[in-house]
Amino acid sequence: MLERIQKAQNLCEAACKQLGRQINIMEVCGTHTVSIFRNGIRSTLPKGLKLLSGPGCPVCVTDQGYIDIVLQLADRDDCLIATYGDMIRVPGKNSSLEKKQAKTNVKVVLSSEDALQLAKDNPEKTVVFVAVGFETTAPATAVVVKEAAEQGVDNFCILSGHKLVVPAMRALLSAKNDKIDAFLCPGHVSVIIGYGAFAEIVEDFGRPCVVAGFEPLQIMEGLGEICRQLAAGKAELKSIYNAVVTERGNIAAQEIVAECFEAVDGYWRGLGKIAKSTLKLKDKYSRFDALTRFNLTETPGEERTGCRCGEVLCGLIEPPECGLFGQNCTPQEPIGPCMVSSEGACAAWFKYGGIRTSG
Amino acid sequence: MCLAIPARIVELDGDKAVVDAMGNRWKAKTTLLPEAKLGDLILIHAGFAISLVDEEEAKKTWQLIAEINEFQDTPNKVSG
Repeated sequence: MLERIQKAQNLCEAACKQLGRQINIMEVCGTHTVSIFRNGIRSTLPKGLKLLSGPGCPVCVTDQGYIDIVLQLADRDDCLIATYGDMIRVPGKNSSLEKKQAKTNVKVVLSSEDALQLAKDNPEKTVVFVAVGFETTAPATAVVVKEAAEQGVDNFCILSGHKLVVPAMRALLSAKNDKIDAFLCPGHVSVIIGYGAFAEIVEDFGRPCVVAGFEPLQIMEGLGEICRQLAAGKAELKSIYNAVVTERGNIAAQEIVAECFEAVDGYWRGLGKIAKSTLKLKDKYSRFDALTRFNLTETPGEERTGCRCGEVLCGLIEPPECGLFGQNCTPQEPIGPCMVSSEGACAAWFKYGGIRTSG
Repeated sequence: MCLAIPARIVELDGDKAVVDAMGNRWKAKTTLLPEAKLGDLILIHAGFAISLVDEEEAKKTWQLIAEINEFQDTPNKVSG
């Protein structure tokens, strides 16, 4: 194993020498972010190689406008809010779901099935499922929407905040940060969409895309492969996470998502409006769409004063460059979502300080 | 939040499964992985199997999850 790590490090060093400038590689997966910090990977890389934590944490990229709608619905006595635990602490305009939880109409669920069950168990309430997450998570939502339709569970609906990774990568390269040299692509998103989904980034933007798993050796070898390509002046699509990732992904999951959802323009924190980047229920399932049911429109929310999570998510600044970081904004009292989520870049920097740890 | 957890199918009735990971048992569904069979190791995300996985990969992921839990439980320290 040491030999393989050494080989990856050599490739990274060779690329830095060859290019003679800083190399920026972005990871777009919160689990990669955590693993990179937890294992002290940054400290093993040459100085000229910079890792950027991109929009890879669903909680972090969820727009403030969406959060405010969830909080508004949580105030209704006729609603129960079912949410994954990750979302509970994100602050909205005046509150957070965690604070609303005291009112007992906010329930943390571990699966979308639990949210549907909550609706069956509480027929007098409307259960709103806070459906966030990338391509990995959307199929689980699609399954229960179909079940709700088939079983006539009419007091169930979802507020879809499901986001698509590839449109966000395109938006980043097109408008926000063209300094990104390559992407370390997410592992379990790729289980669903297949590594072939990243081909358009390689073809349209000439950036290497390498799918890797989450253990340190996978991450190091993924970075090594990217650097091998960069040094050779190439941009290729590759997956080294062969244990679970295939080129085409999980077709059954893709089909059920395609049956229930369509991709529409959506708001992302930091990246603004991105074309065809958010999943919305198709017309035949619109009665399960919380926006339709409660006649709401999602508008872009205002970020909290001073919070620079948006720039962090685009890889434009590192967390300590934000004036709130570590002072007014800490994991105990977070202001921005990148500090709320344990997968957020700010929380990871706070814990490991971006300083060289032995891992 | 995209991390999927490996577990073994110990009961299976249609698409309703009971899965086991290191002694912890819970319910999951195989709707998205119709080929899953009793005894298979699968990756589970948000209550649904999304992929088959082999023993070696499952062990690596369990190890990773233990490390991440430790990461999340570690008291925060101010950067130095």
